[in-house]
Amino acid sequence: MSEAKREQWLQPYGDTLGDGRVQLSFTLPVALDENAKEAARRLALAMGLDEPAVSHAEDMGQGFSFYVIYGRCRHRVDLAAVQVARPEYAVLDKARIDALIAATMGRKMVVIGACIETDAHTVGIDAIMNMKGYNGHKGLESYHAIRAINMGAQVDSEALVTRAIEEKADVILVSQVVTQKNIHLDNLTRLADMLEAEGLREHVILVVGGPRISHELAKELGYDAGFGAKSYAEDVASFAIHEWIKRKVA
Amino acid sequence: MARLQLDAARIERARESARRIAQQVHRDMSPHTTTTVERATLRLLGVDGVDANQVPLPNRVVEHLQERRLLQHGAAIALGAAMAEEGWTAQQVAQAVGAGTLTLTRPRNEAAARTAAQAQAERMSQHIARQREQRSRRIAAVGEARTPWLYLIVATGNIFEDIVQARAAAEQGADIVAVIRSTGQSLLDYVPHGATTEGFGGTYATQENFRLMRAALDEVGAKVGRYIRLTNYCSGLCMPEIAAMGAMERLDMMLNDSMYGIIFRDINMKRTFIDQFFSRMVNAYAGIVINTGEDNYLTTADAFEAAHTVLASQLINEQFAVLSGLAPDQMGLGHAFEIDPEMENGFLWELAHAQLVRQVFPQATLKYMPPTKHMTGNIFKGHVQDALFNIVSTVTSQNIHLLGMMTEAIHTPFVQDRFLAIQNARYVFGTMRDLHSEIEFRSGGLIEQRAQAVLAQTEAMLAGIERIGLPEAIRRGQFAEIARTPDGGKGLDGVLAKAADYLNPFPALMMGPSR
Repeated sequence: MSEAKREQWLQPYGDTLGDGRVQLSFTLPVALDENAKEAARRLALAMGLDEPAVSHAEDMGQGFSFYVIYGRCRHRVDLAAVQVARPEYAVLDKARIDALIAATMGRKMVVIGACIETDAHTVGIDAIMNMKGYNGHKGLESYHAIRAINMGAQVDSEALVTRAIEEKADVILVSQVVTQKNIHLDNLTRLADMLEAEGLREHVILVVGGPRISHELAKELGYDAGFGAKSYAEDVASFAIHEWIKRKVA
Repeated sequence: MARLQLDAARIERARESARRIAQQVHRDMSPHTTTTVERATLRLLGVDGVDANQVPLPNRVVEHLQERRLLQHGAAIALGAAMAEEGWTAQQVAQAVGAGTLTLTRPRNEAAARTAAQAQAERMSQHIARQREQRSRRIAAVGEARTPWLYLIVATGNIFEDIVQARAAAEQGADIVAVIRSTGQSLLDYVPHGATTEGFGGTYATQENFRLMRAALDEVGAKVGRYIRLTNYCSGLCMPEIAAMGAMERLDMMLNDSMYGIIFRDINMKRTFIDQFFSRMVNAYAGIVINTGEDNYLTTADAFEAAHTVLASQLINEQFAVLSGLAPDQMGLGHAFEIDPEMENGFLWELAHAQLVRQVFPQATLKYMPPTKHMTGNIFKGHVQDALFNIVSTVTSQNIHLLGMMTEAIHTPFVQDRFLAIQNARYVFGTMRDLHSEIEFRSGGLIEQRAQAVLAQTEAMLAGIERIGLPEAIRRGQFAEIARTPDGGKGLDGVLAKAADYLNPFPALMMGPSR
């Protein structure tokens, strides 16, 4: 472990180690003129970019202007000090997950999924749950050892909890795609509170997924795990059976 | 112009199947009305506004009629009766019902009630016809863009912020502005009232918001010298009411699909079929171009494997549109560029699909949708994907071009995302303006073979649906791989059988011999 503690300072890399070169682009809510362009440059400076250069500036009409800026980032980060929270389990393939569930549970694992409350975007939950899955990774419906119930979009938390009780769900899988004005935080908190109130929380494995979801955020909200972009059915299923076994032993 | 060799007889057989499928549904549904059809009728008769608890008066009147078991005769006759007897306007009647000071009844003088409703309906029809003329006049005066028209979305949640962004978009080159609705509005069984500044992932569709945006786009259109078309969502549980509001406020396009709500919002299919028929009739009369939602199938199903479901659905949507009186150029049939970028020759298949749709619907105002499913957050790759999409659109002469955003899958677009998207499309459309008339598809080549195969699959699919009926096909999950049952979903409680003396003055006015 002492090896991991060795400092490892990182800066962005352009074409030479330590040059700190980055690009950014943004809009300013003013028409383009020389003052606006200088203001854009100073903003980059204030963001911690040395030698900022406005490589492109363009008026967008209606009192907006657009900037592309290159500069040298003066900040650095010690990689050795970074420790990202993530669920600890081995990701297995579909056949091994099916075998593990059969061997340890002796029955099908029941997984209920939904996009809750106002969220109408089923792309994520479908990618994880539907037979076809996503990007060549079959969905949970295709797992012999899993009974996968996809309730679809805009499901009330109440309806989800009721169904979870009826089906004796082992896992509740919630998808939240819309995150504008942090509406997903309200939705997710509400579901967690409701499960708590029903005395159900410790009996289910509660998982959330979505493009803006991290495991860290999920833990903060009282969920067992969070899955972001590029997660597939086997990630979720591996976590679920791992967590089920862990709880069984405990 | 580049053309694929397609079997015209096969296209005709597929279209005939779709015609019979739509007619069967129409026959089964026409003995029914819905609460929102009746609320739309009230709105068209001049009822607007909310009661002291912010409940829309059309809802109050319809609930009142339901409680008194009068709704099956049609809201128009009860309203007309009260107008004739009290000598009041429609709005005064609705306010009195809302205040609890008036009880609606069966008409004591049937003829007088019908006359009152008819006169009011004719006034509204004339207003809508004038709005339609006004559109033509403005287009003649300020001009309009060449197709493909650039279609942009605003979705801030605040109508006043939307207006700022829509104006900027028009100045940058947008030809069509669509205001996305607040997430969840499709499942509200009422239409919110007034100008709104709070929404999630979009802005509430209200009549006042329609009016504000229309005025802003007319103003910026005059400035930039192009008529800017306004689009909203005529879908969900209040589809007919939104159609009525859009007709009154001169919207130009409406998202309006015969099956989208059933499949993607789990709205009851009877409710949806009845509502879409009425709403399309209003859209037809108002000169509004509907936009169908077949692109959505490809976000759940695979865009290559399910290509024929898009064409099959377009043919069904076309026939439902015909039944409601929509002209071919009012049919914005939708499809999308959603093939996995990793698929070898995927661009060829996109070309094949887009050209196939173009040739099957030569007069339609086709709507082509950008990649969304395979957009990753790598904005640089995303910008290239959008450029390829732009190429297919211009080469296959699409009409409505929804601009792809490189930040798709990240956030609702920033003002700069739209700016860059417009630049991308204008560059491609300009530099390739006449490419479509300079190239030919190789006879018997990969692209042509692919189009022929999709057409054959479409014909077979429609023949199968015709055998089992559309509700059963949906029950089996034939579209988007999502299954829905005839009695499942939201809104079935709002479906009711019409009485023998049911009155609604609008079908005769809007679909009558004068049109």
